[in-house]
Amino acid sequence: MSPLASTAVDLARIQFATTSIYHFLFVPLTLGLGPLVAIMQTIWHRTGDEAWLRLTRFFGTLFLINFAIGVATGLVQEFEFGMNWSVYSKFVGNVFGAPLAIEGLAAFMLESTFLGLWIFGWNKLSPRLHLATLWIAVVGSWLSGYFILVANSWMQHPVGYKIVDGEAQLTSVWALLSNGFALRAYVHTMLAGLIFGTSVVLGVCCWHFLRRHEVDLFRKAAKLALIVAVPVTLLQLVVGNRFGEAVTSAQGMKIAASEAQWNTCQPCGFSLFQIGGFSVDDQTPKFAIVVPRLLSYMATGSFDGQVEGLNQLQDQEQSQYGAGNYMPNIRVIYWSMRVMAFTGVLMFLVAAVGAWLYWKQKLEHARWFLWTAVAAIAFPYIAATAGWVLTEMGRQPWIVQGLLLTSEANSPSVSTTWIAISLGFFVVLYLLLGILDFVLMRRYARPDRPPTGEELPAPTVTF
Amino acid sequence: MDLEIFWYCLIAVLWSGYFLLEGFDFGVGMLLPFVPRTEGERGAMFESIGPVWDGNEVWLVVAAGATFAAFPAWYATMFSGFYLAFLLLLFFLIVRVVSFEWREKSESPRWRSVWLWANAIGSAGIALVWGIGLANLIHGVPLDSNGDYDGGLVDLFSAYTVFAGITFVLVLAFHGANYLTLRTTGDLYERVRTAARRLAVPAVAVGAAFLIWTVVVAIDRNDKDVFPVVLPAVLGIAALALAAFLVYAGRSGLAFTMTALGTIAAVATLFTGLYPRVMVSSSDFSNSLDVPGAASEHYTLAVMTVVVLIVLPIILVYQSWSYYVFRARVTGEEVRPPTEALARPTNGSPTS
Repeated sequence: MSPLASTAVDLARIQFATTSIYHFLFVPLTLGLGPLVAIMQTIWHRTGDEAWLRLTRFFGTLFLINFAIGVATGLVQEFEFGMNWSVYSKFVGNVFGAPLAIEGLAAFMLESTFLGLWIFGWNKLSPRLHLATLWIAVVGSWLSGYFILVANSWMQHPVGYKIVDGEAQLTSVWALLSNGFALRAYVHTMLAGLIFGTSVVLGVCCWHFLRRHEVDLFRKAAKLALIVAVPVTLLQLVVGNRFGEAVTSAQGMKIAASEAQWNTCQPCGFSLFQIGGFSVDDQTPKFAIVVPRLLSYMATGSFDGQVEGLNQLQDQEQSQYGAGNYMPNIRVIYWSMRVMAFTGVLMFLVAAVGAWLYWKQKLEHARWFLWTAVAAIAFPYIAATAGWVLTEMGRQPWIVQGLLLTSEANSPSVSTTWIAISLGFFVVLYLLLGILDFVLMRRYARPDRPPTGEELPAPTVTF
Repeated sequence: MDLEIFWYCLIAVLWSGYFLLEGFDFGVGMLLPFVPRTEGERGAMFESIGPVWDGNEVWLVVAAGATFAAFPAWYATMFSGFYLAFLLLLFFLIVRVVSFEWREKSESPRWRSVWLWANAIGSAGIALVWGIGLANLIHGVPLDSNGDYDGGLVDLFSAYTVFAGITFVLVLAFHGANYLTLRTTGDLYERVRTAARRLAVPAVAVGAAFLIWTVVVAIDRNDKDVFPVVLPAVLGIAALALAAFLVYAGRSGLAFTMTALGTIAAVATLFTGLYPRVMVSSSDFSNSLDVPGAASEHYTLAVMTVVVLIVLPIILVYQSWSYYVFRARVTGEEVRPPTEALARPTNGSPTS
């Protein structure tokens, strides 16, 4: 392969990473804030308490600002497979295309239409029906996530297919839809969405507590956020762990890389932190903190389980697929796994401490915690980004595990220059959109009064 | 029926749905800088499509997804081949999507004007690029023996394809004006009617010329006979001509129906003229991608067929219902109830 061609692949990979990570900053908040706003409206509907109507509209506005940019960046994702990865698209279209098309038909159409009905239907629909439109939109967004993860999981763990004439063909749609990898990834991702939602709601409430603004109102929302956040963050730690087992059986190399485990071990300790030990020439860390047997448990479910090492897996894959380097970037995978896991624990602690303070009726006055909760809005964003880096970079050099190499999957008709242009284009456009989105979200979430002269308009639930 | 042909037809249906529905949203967008005079009227125009545009846009998402699933080689070659054009398209799509949500979020006239223009330029740009893009399928682009695109950006521009782009812009602007005559009142309604009358003749003229030209291109470059391509073309010309007549006769409801029919007929003409190929090769005709060559295997198509036969009728029901809910004319005065204005100065607000 010529150096120029590998540049094209690298640029296309950077572009996919940039656009998909960016897209996924907005999607999980939609997934998580949607049901929370729907619960708020449901409580208002049931109790008639005006406070819940105000909360519905307040957080509904944040939900919609965020939703718009998620939709816009989702279009890019759908186009990008064909634009930058045409060999991949031809190879997987029979299998991968189906869940994508079904997502549009069965899920996204539902979500978009019913969200339109919710936004503009306040005075046009009966309260019951109006509430139902939001719940249907939420169901649409959760269905949408399922089909997208079915498609992605097939790249991690291909099932229900056969290879004919160098193309993957679907042999069992049931196997595709019930892929154990996909189901676990789905639960993991939806829980992540709920954590996004609760972190944003809790953080915004705490911001208002800090400014002593509408404390009674936001106490209700904070309570809701905490009731959801405590079990969900805890469950996520368990599910994330179980998900690790699925990865071990489907993608041994990814697990070995995420632990920088060079040689097969039994039982295996979990490295919490280490210096060095991230490259073939430097396999022994200079310093490491290791919890005995924990990796065995995380990877296999048994404290005595065996985890295969990078060197052994490399040999296996070489004999199976021919000469080549089948290891991902160990350093990146090791740290992305830790960033994800450690922030996961932090998010649970924030939720647990918050719930305890609420229980003791000290939440609004514990300023140190209020600041922490505001800052903790960043945690799910960091964890989700690290999680996708782990998932996607951990699969390298494969674009479809064991079937197609990333280096052979890009579009032959697209020159390096074009990809460079489009990468630059997306970086600039996304930066601008990101700044504007942040400014708008902040404006509509802020508790303090804006200076006179630049008075804000009445926020309207609009599209 | 052969499932490959069924899916070819279905993709034509999805494109028709997209241009029929999102088409009038584009038309409304293009008229935004020219028709309304007050902020209230601008709000009314946004409101006329606000509840439905996103559902309409999903027809594109589905059309692209269905092409990926049913004709992977078509999707791969088209999207990688029309690279820079689609990059431009994504720009228009993105700024337009966010304009709907963000314009309302500040009262600054400059901010509002920026997003109004973003919507207008986005709408016109999307219509233009899709016109050029779809016309290139039948006019032909250079393809190599692997079925990969073998040209540059300039290969997408020819007299016919550029004319197709202009046609999409003008016809959809006319379609949008007709939609607005059904949804507006008062002064705005009067000015929308004037706009529809002014657009009628140019839109019909370019529309008819485009349809005839498409028949010629199908015969000339895609080895087709006059029949059956000429049938949808004639139907389209008749529908557009009738639309113009009805606009002058003041029958806006029927005129909208006719521009809708004209839009569907235009897509039908393109797809009839294209069949059995999906992308014509201009460099070596034998390199053209055709339906059997680009299609997925029977099993995938069968699964997708079951899904579509169940889901599409349901979509039609709930989307129709949403149009029914928002059938009332928009005035620009009554809008959505205010959201919780917590961020505003609230004198004596109940704080604890």
